[in-house]
Amino acid sequence: MLVIPCPYCGPRPELEFSYGGQAHVLRPAAATNPDPAGWNAFQYERANTRGLHAERWRHVHGCARFFNVIRDTTTDEVLRSYRSGEK
Amino acid sequence: MTSRFSGWSLLLGGLSGQRRWREQWRAAAPKRGYDAIIVGGGGHGLGAAYYLAKQHGIRDVAVLEKGWIGGGNTGRNTTIIRSNYLFAESSALYDHAIRLWETLSQELNYNVMYSPRGVLMLAHNVHDVQVAQRHIHANHANGVDNEWLSPRQAQEFCPPLNISGSLRYPVLGGALQRRGGTARHDAVAWGYARAASALGVDIIENCEVTGLQRDANGAICGVATTRGTIECGRVGVSAAGHSSVVLQMADVRLPLESFPLQALVSEPVKPIMPCVVMSNTIHAYVSQSDKGELVIGASTDAYTSYTQRGALHVNLHTLEAICELFPAFRRLRMLRNWGGIVDVTPDRSPIIAKTPVPGLYVNCGWGTGGFKATPGAGHLLAWTMAHDAPHTLNAAFTIERFRDGTLIDEAAAAAVNH
Repeated sequence: MLVIPCPYCGPRPELEFSYGGQAHVLRPAAATNPDPAGWNAFQYERANTRGLHAERWRHVHGCARFFNVIRDTTTDEVLRSYRSGEK
Repeated sequence: MTSRFSGWSLLLGGLSGQRRWREQWRAAAPKRGYDAIIVGGGGHGLGAAYYLAKQHGIRDVAVLEKGWIGGGNTGRNTTIIRSNYLFAESSALYDHAIRLWETLSQELNYNVMYSPRGVLMLAHNVHDVQVAQRHIHANHANGVDNEWLSPRQAQEFCPPLNISGSLRYPVLGGALQRRGGTARHDAVAWGYARAASALGVDIIENCEVTGLQRDANGAICGVATTRGTIECGRVGVSAAGHSSVVLQMADVRLPLESFPLQALVSEPVKPIMPCVVMSNTIHAYVSQSDKGELVIGASTDAYTSYTQRGALHVNLHTLEAICELFPAFRRLRMLRNWGGIVDVTPDRSPIIAKTPVPGLYVNCGWGTGGFKATPGAGHLLAWTMAHDAPHTLNAAFTIERFRDGTLIDEAAAAAVNH
């Protein structure tokens, strides 16, 4: 089980969280990007990174807030976390 | 060259002290080039190589495997075979595989121990019952067997099953596919490897693909590997959880995410479990291997990973469900647990298709249910590579279905993560 450092509550076991998928996936602006390929990429294509992966987690059984985590998908080591809007 | 197995050859082997057996396939080193290369030496990839050689006359084929054959998901699954999917495209695809399973041991002259012992999928609430009935009707319309059992009939079919009304999620019945069952996973890989090798296919282990090479027109012209560069105009990628990693080498992005899926086995006991039982709602899969171990399938972990392991709480959740459904199993000890990396599509249906890159084909996205499709997936990948066009059975299983909105949404149909 992962130990995930919530930037608001501190390190907690994975069971307190829900996974939110790849972080920083940007929704295309409809007016400037009517391209179906752009929508397809936004909705379905994911990096599926083998290595350092930026991902969203939500502390559902704690502060209930979303934040981001950098995790190595080859070792499952969680390197750090940061709040939404930060880097 | 390997000899053909027969009653006489087994008798002769026994009389000569079992010392005359030869290796079952050639250990090959990479040549300068091939007509076709398959990336991934699991059941699907070895099957594709076999059908390329056997049905399409393309014998100058190499299977490149980064580890050892059958050492990935082929050796990490719970060996369940069934075809009772909701949609016409899916049930046709999976039933195609079952029909190949039925004669595969004779086809390969290798006992893959296909055992159609029945797959019973339990219903625990009103929604489950309605979903199961809908699947049964859809399956009948598509010519696939599936039948409803009452709780008592379910217990008659599977005596250790607890149908007490006092369960937190009582058994309200189940859908039984009698043609479903199990097969011996290693024998599938070995049987395909042996048969393909005998037809001239090179099976190259410890050979990891590190790049896909393209000519001036963008078409595939070779692969870079840890054992040197190999020329080739046709490459089929069948790399399960690593398919998106390989396809990215040609700048092809796939609608895939890779998750660990765990399974575990108990200590071996005498025969007690006559069939396969699955419960999607409380999440348990269990059957008994011929060695006597209970083979138990757990869930995927929540997060993407390539570690081939997962968290223990996922197994615990499944064991709680198993112990409630099968009280007799409560004192069994678990021997081993492991994880495999499964590549999951948004609609939980596979992709067997051409890619935007000429000469590059892919068989992926089988998610948590690829073993059952092994002969069918191999057959259809070979067909697609040989004709540079899909067979009618895999024509709908494209990459573009996500862009075009023509999903085959078994995920929504089953309402679970499988």
